Amino acid sequence: MQVSFEVNGNNVSVDVEPRMTLADCLRHMLRLTGTHVGCEHGVCGACTILVDGMAVRACLMLAVQADGSEVITIEGLSNDDALTPLQVSFRRHHALQCGFCTPGMIVTAHALLSEEPDADADRIREVLSGNLCRCTGYISIIDAVLDARAAYKKPAP
Amino acid sequence: MKLPAFEYACPATLAEAVALLAAGDGDAKLLAGGQSLVPMMAFRVASPALLVDLRKLAELRRIEITGEAVRLGAMTRWRDIEDDARLDTAHPLLKAAVAEVAHYQIRNRGTVGGSIAHADPAAEMPGIAVACDAEIAVAGPAGSRVIGASDFFIAPLTTALAADEIIVEIRLPAWPAARRWAFKEFARRRGDFALAGTALFYDVDARGKAFNAHVGAIGVGDRPQRLAAAEAAINGQTVDIATSERAGSAASAAVTPQSDIHASAAYRQALLGTLVERALQSACA
Repeated sequence: MQVSFEVNGNNVSVDVEPRMTLADCLRHMLRLTGTHVGCEHGVCGACTILVDGMAVRACLMLAVQADGSEVITIEGLSNDDALTPLQVSFRRHHALQCGFCTPGMIVTAHALLSEEPDADADRIREVLSGNLCRCTGYISIIDAVLDARAAYKKPAP
Repeated sequence: MKLPAFEYACPATLAEAVALLAAGDGDAKLLAGGQSLVPMMAFRVASPALLVDLRKLAELRRIEITGEAVRLGAMTRWRDIEDDARLDTAHPLLKAAVAEVAHYQIRNRGTVGGSIAHADPAAEMPGIAVACDAEIAVAGPAGSRVIGASDFFIAPLTTALAADEIIVEIRLPAWPAARRWAFKEFARRRGDFALAGTALFYDVDARGKAFNAHVGAIGVGDRPQRLAAAEAAINGQTVDIATSERAGSAASAAVTPQSDIHASAAYRQALLGTLVERALQSACA
């Protein structure tokens, strides 16, 4: 089936089988391999992307369901010049080791802080409970997200 | 695993969806948020020949609050409920339960109708439906009908919904402002299915005595259930520590959970009693 949607600001049109997940479509057809696929059944959170501004699991969405949507992947959250605030913070706090879960962690944290720049540690833990990390023990990840909050706060008028 | 192959349809009207489902001859499945069905397909627990995607049926994604009921369209997402400030007073029990549903990303996609149709015995929404005596409105080739929540859930992943019927709306009876309530569940990790949980409420008369107690339980049987013995321990009483303890004991005694890798039957039984006791303590505070 022909499906058209927007990915990181670009319009794309792909011919997919209905059974193809959005995660596989992004990786295999659009070569956006920053979105990682861990469990393929909605448990690990590594494939988290933004669809119409909302964090979702790309392995639990069919590519055909994305027709007409705006998709943002981890690639769309980076810029060419410098590290983003979440990237800087993850680096500073050693919030990754192998890096497999990191795209999902950063996309999820970005979605949260964009809406709730004042999220406290408890809220961050609650939101990131859907993302598994086997390296860090999570504490450094929570610290990194807490530390990145300042960049998401609107400047005082 | 990669999903098994299937055909896909995305109808624009409810009538079209009903026709597609009926033509599927029992081998078609509805796709709502996909947060339960897609994992089941990945595990080959389900391999429908046709998926009928309901995403274009915008009329099914709405929250309507009237004098009689809170009406949730079947495609209402958990996130829609979380974001609706009217529900803080129109149905605080629903709001508290939905906050415990799965994880952040799943709440952005998962739907009320999908959860009701999936009928996991530990899921929050079926528990709320049973605890609150909800009505479930469905549409099929023969027309519409309304099924009471207590008749809807039959066994794990098994409901009274026919293969060619679509859940259209869940109606929760209107919520009196003075009602006492609490939702408590316990899971090892936030967002996981509860090992046991309770949704309960009662009203208080002019003498300070409880009446109309509803005690719902999830995760402790093959479907969500109301616990008449626990309700009887609350009705006519002043809800205090002693009443809470009696209701908790009655709740424990009323259920026969299964042991599995997550918890033993005895643990779940004890846990439910503790949760009911704590829920009543927080409801009467």
